[in-house]
Amino acid sequence: MEWANAIIQGILLGGLYGLFAAGLSLIFGVMRLVNIAHGDLIVLAAYLALVATQTLGLDPLASLLIVVPAMALIGYALQRLLLNRTLGDDLLPPLLVTFGLSIIIQNGLLEIFSADSRRLQAGALETAALPLAGLSIGLLPLLQFGVAVAAIAGLQLLSWRTPLGRAFRATADDPEVARLMGLDNRHVFALAMALSLAIVALAGVFLALRTNFDPAIGPARLIFGFEAVIIGGLGSLWGTLAGGILLGVAQSIGAQIDPGWQILAGHLLFLAVLAIRPQGLFPRLAA
Amino acid sequence: MTARVTHGSRIGPIIAIAALLALAAAPWWTDRQGLRLLGEIYAYAALASLWNLLAGYAGLVTVGQQAFVGLGAYTLFGLALLAGVNPLWGIPAAGLIAAIAAVPVAALTFRLRGAYFAIGTWVVAEVFRLGAAQFSALGGGSGTSLPASVLAAIGNRAAREQLFYWLALALAAATILAILLLLRSRHGLALAAIRDNETAARANGIEVDRTRLAVFVIAAAGTAMIGALIFLQKLRISPDAAFSVNDWTALVIFIAVIGGIGRVEGPLLGTALFFLLRESLSQLGSLYLLVLGAVAIAVMLLAPRGLWGLLADRLGWQLFPLARRLEPRSSAPPVPAATTPAREASP
Amino acid sequence: MPDLLELRGLDAFYGDFQALFGIAAAVPAGRVAAIIGANGAGKSTLLKTVAGLIQAPRRDAVLFDGEPIGGLPAHELVARGIALVPEGRRLFPSLSVEENLLIGGRVRRPGPWSLEAIYSLFPVLAERRHVPGPALSGGQQQMVAIGRALMSNPRLLLCDEISLGLAPVVVRDIYARLPGLTAQGMALVIVEQDVSQALAAADRVFCLREGRVVLEGPATSVTREAVASAYFGV
Repeated sequence: MEWANAIIQGILLGGLYGLFAAGLSLIFGVMRLVNIAHGDLIVLAAYLALVATQTLGLDPLASLLIVVPAMALIGYALQRLLLNRTLGDDLLPPLLVTFGLSIIIQNGLLEIFSADSRRLQAGALETAALPLAGLSIGLLPLLQFGVAVAAIAGLQLLSWRTPLGRAFRATADDPEVARLMGLDNRHVFALAMALSLAIVALAGVFLALRTNFDPAIGPARLIFGFEAVIIGGLGSLWGTLAGGILLGVAQSIGAQIDPGWQILAGHLLFLAVLAIRPQGLFPRLAA
Repeated sequence: MTARVTHGSRIGPIIAIAALLALAAAPWWTDRQGLRLLGEIYAYAALASLWNLLAGYAGLVTVGQQAFVGLGAYTLFGLALLAGVNPLWGIPAAGLIAAIAAVPVAALTFRLRGAYFAIGTWVVAEVFRLGAAQFSALGGGSGTSLPASVLAAIGNRAAREQLFYWLALALAAATILAILLLLRSRHGLALAAIRDNETAARANGIEVDRTRLAVFVIAAAGTAMIGALIFLQKLRISPDAAFSVNDWTALVIFIAVIGGIGRVEGPLLGTALFFLLRESLSQLGSLYLLVLGAVAIAVMLLAPRGLWGLLADRLGWQLFPLARRLEPRSSAPPVPAATTPAREASP
Repeated sequence: MPDLLELRGLDAFYGDFQALFGIAAAVPAGRVAAIIGANGAGKSTLLKTVAGLIQAPRRDAVLFDGEPIGGLPAHELVARGIALVPEGRRLFPSLSVEENLLIGGRVRRPGPWSLEAIYSLFPVLAERRHVPGPALSGGQQQMVAIGRALMSNPRLLLCDEISLGLAPVVVRDIYARLPGLTAQGMALVIVEQDVSQALAAADRVFCLREGRVVLEGPATSVTREAVASAYFGV
């Protein structure tokens, strides 16, 4: 029963990793940018939610109404003012600039909020649980998993069914010809980053509800998101979610064996996938 | 212009040797505090030079070199504490172990391209860190110290500090010399070809992956030896300190970026600037890293070839004679003939 | 008829390399101009510069309907009515035929072209509307590329090497549809390797060599001998 419980907890945790990964995957797909500051932006969103709940007295879930648009705006501005200047044939500038950004966000948060651990309080929701076949499944993890699935379904729909998704795909395919369609690449990239950070905002708030956070935990979230992307296979959103779930289950099983093995088990799964099936478990079929 | 260049590349080695001698004499002109600072400077100069070799010349942009710093440090501590080996022997042993470990690491991470390779190397470093934390014989997650008995084998405190200082200087000088020799060898030519056009290099029979693997292994060995020496000086080790991404990769990358990637001189200038900045901003606390990150971003955007690149372009400077100089791909205009280093420059 | 497109001493550069030198040319509305010349003469560069993919150094080097537009970015020029069919067709591979056409109509000026109009111009595309671009034959891909450019209802359509790599019968089929395009006042500039095809389709011919116009004249009066000597500079 303990094992069944560990696996279910792992699956639910995996939804969160799927969210970490979806934002990363989206911007890589559209502009081949790997955002090293992704994890720190998740933590930034968590702190924004903390401030929103403390100063406005909002419920953590209601704080999403502020944090999601705020992060999207930050994403748009970041891309327009900074990251667009780094895009080109050379991969060093975007990598190093987002790396610098990561250090800036970490130390900025440290300066403002200190290194103390924080947490968002969700009141009764935190302890509410559903009994299921002898197991007790927390309502909050379940809600977080549902939001992750809905967010990824929404992204999928947006990519394949809307003009904006069409613009994303066209720009990803051939940015030069996309300009001939009247698409301003700088604007399209900024919209993609805004969307990515909107998902980051969701991820940040649910992370903060689930666990303690401090300014230094961003890089590990980047790594989890990245591992989910590689395990799932590049270019497939549902694969990304599946990768996140596998990572969550691996960590949960590792923790069941020995608490020190939680994170290590996830990394080992990632390395095993890299060794055996580097294209990921569920790569997109199209060329 | 041309005269100055040739002049510069001739007197460069002479200046370098004179500077090396002056630095080797530092125990007679500075105190213990000064020696420690200089030793730290050499370590960072060497780490940044090796990272520059990987990222600036071989196109291997890694954020996981802390894996080898930590591995080297743990090798030295492990041999000294568990096998009773003299810690000085731990330094070459660290290089050897890291070179061996680098092969499977490369086999895995080379499957990832570009920026994904970068994060992949980071994951490997995390695996090393978590693995070290499981190693209870060396203190697990909280780490361990070198006992006085082990250190006594090296000498008394003053003698040790001098020895560590000379070792740091020798390691840094050897690292830079090795990089120069590598770049002047046929591997240097292969690296230049890969950097210019990987596909064309492959088509021309250059073994891209083997060349990259060689560079990765060499850089791992060098990084591990420096890591071993750094922690031998610190006398204390823990997984978080030995595998710290901030200390052994973030700072190192900032140094290389600010000084100039893709030039041997860049990381040296970057190290000097970094320590000036650090000493003058030390009262800022965590804001100092924030400022450093902002400076690195500004340099990357405004002067992608770093401050050495700016100086060298403007003044035609070149400290080390390198027949083939590599330019980052973003530099659109070709180097005018006048600033191209003399082909026949002798070492 | 006033000139829709006028080039006045247009230069173009790739970094330090100058690819076009003082190009002067004019294309009236409703007419077809052909640009011919050997490989590397600057033909594609000329189209890309007019379309805004390569930045023209001077604003008044390119006049469109009397307004200076040199150096404006491509995405703004689409809204003004300039469309380019790029060399090699370059459909978006992850978009279906219909999505390729729809994205071409993202910026839509008023005019006759719509999905239905494209499908009646190229009926075969209607049957394959949900197929991804790369699954089409070369000729069909070219039709999508032309249709995609038409969807914005351009006043000036620039076509780069639309016959390249296609079977002669397909080329004839595509060229047979071009006169229908200019009937409503749209001007057409085609870059073409096939000189007889170009002379047959165009009202006016410009021959480029090493980035300069070396021969210009009405298509009917330009002789093959003149073209041959202009091509090779003999």
